[in-house]
Amino acid sequence: MTTPRVAYALALGDDALVLAQRLGEWVARAPELEEDVALANIALDLLGQARTLLRYAGDLEGAGRDEDALAYWRDDRDFRNALLVELPNGDFAVTMARQLVFAAYQYELYDRLRASSDDTLAAVAGKAVKEVHYHRDHATQWVLRLGDGTDESRRRMVAGLATVWPYADELFQPDDATAALVADGVAVDPPTLREPWTSYVEGVLAEAGLELPEAAAPRSGGRRGLHTEHLGFLLAEMQHLHRSHPGATW
Amino acid sequence: MPEAYRKTLIRQIAQHAHSEIIGMQPEGNWISRAPSLRRKAILLAKVQDEAGHGLYLYAAAETLGVSRDQLLEQLHTRKQKYSSIFNYPTLTWADVGAIGWLVDGAAITNQVPLTRCSYGPYARAMVRICKEESFHQRQGFEALLTLTRGTPAQKAMAQDALDRWWYPSLAMFGPPDTGEQVSGGHTEQSMRWGIKRFSNDELRQRFVDMTVPQSEVLGLTIPDPDLRWNAERGHYDFTPPDYDELFRVIKGDGPCNAQRLAHRVAAHTDGAWVREAAAAYAAKRRAETEAA
Ligand SMILES: [Fe+2]
Ligand SMILES: [Fe+2]
Repeated sequence: MTTPRVAYALALGDDALVLAQRLGEWVARAPELEEDVALANIALDLLGQARTLLRYAGDLEGAGRDEDALAYWRDDRDFRNALLVELPNGDFAVTMARQLVFAAYQYELYDRLRASSDDTLAAVAGKAVKEVHYHRDHATQWVLRLGDGTDESRRRMVAGLATVWPYADELFQPDDATAALVADGVAVDPPTLREPWTSYVEGVLAEAGLELPEAAAPRSGGRRGLHTEHLGFLLAEMQHLHRSHPGATW
Repeated sequence: MPEAYRKTLIRQIAQHAHSEIIGMQPEGNWISRAPSLRRKAILLAKVQDEAGHGLYLYAAAETLGVSRDQLLEQLHTRKQKYSSIFNYPTLTWADVGAIGWLVDGAAITNQVPLTRCSYGPYARAMVRICKEESFHQRQGFEALLTLTRGTPAQKAMAQDALDRWWYPSLAMFGPPDTGEQVSGGHTEQSMRWGIKRFSNDELRQRFVDMTVPQSEVLGLTIPDPDLRWNAERGHYDFTPPDYDELFRVIKGDGPCNAQRLAHRVAAHTDGAWVREAAAAYAAKRRAETEAA
């Protein structure tokens, strides 16, 4: 049964899974070899988080679905990730803008989720917060370099931030599944993350000499299964081999 | 250090480094489609290791006074080579397993002797790399074993991969170093210098002897009707790969040469503005420190 707790674990797990899939696309395409290593590393951390969270969601649901059943056999309307993570990679500046926005959010989230009354979620958060601290630092360093590098990199960084900015808001919107869990101390209330997130991101942009992107109409829907057109293609690629051999073991 | 020794070492280390980074492409091709999340994680980690191998090797070459940028330029302009094996396509998931088992297996056979080669920085890089390659080899074998114990379609996929990768893997050891090939090649000189320790044919034989029993555990058939144990020699007899094909692929006429190089050049070119930005940023910070 899809209880609020299942939905919450799926939302966190889907964020991590879909972003891992996107970052994996950079491997063998990065601007330098060190970044092939770094982006693969971040993708691996996220994939590890996703696997634990999906497994947990499957166990709670009690319908016999394991991590692969949840990753490979759900259609896009059943994915609960925020729209931000499914956006195409764009150039390196778009990817780093997304990394900054998302890692800074995930850091604040996991930092608080360590105190969850749910032991599994608390344990996931305890491990992930260290990984995400590195992801946030990696993105920060790049936003500084690109923002305060050359004219071209600055122009691209500004454009990258403008691309992802409308999708940041969704991360902080309250949703029904989460609201039911906040009172029990299981989940972190998303709106409470907005202030610390803003102060971190604004600090980075200020240091890079970048202005906050202009406010744009926020985009959301992912937590309710209303995605962009991009997710269908991402899933088609990710799922096709697994689905072509139903019941097979890999 | 004699100039000829230095040059040969640079060429060998560069070719090895280039092979590591070009080799990321055929396997990276399956990261997005890996059939389970566990396999996706294993593959991501493997391709990440190969990037790391490239980094150690370019660093080893730097100790000989040549920069990574200079070597990449040589790769991008086709003045230096990479292993011909990576000019074959990965068409199915089983190819990922076959590459781990056969290509990493052949790489280990080639490289373990180099952990005792005469140039310290190269030998030390090889020690670290060989440890990871043998891990890759076991993972590749295990991925194939899962297929051969799976459905008929999975087993057929595994056999098809072995059929396509067997001879290109044998060709990884290079042409025979007898007769005409020796005078044109570098084997004899490199052996005297201690940067090659066994002949291509010795290494190829070692690889075949190691791999045949593994293929039996997998329940797969090596596509060579003349493969058999020769008790007198204490080795397997086998059909050599088609060396004309090898030379064609080395010259640039393999199925994926153009694609692999174009992909590498595009990644490098598309990333130029990022590297320039990082350099400009570092220069600004240096200037600030000096002014302070
Ligand atoms: Fe390697
Ligand atoms: Fe390897």
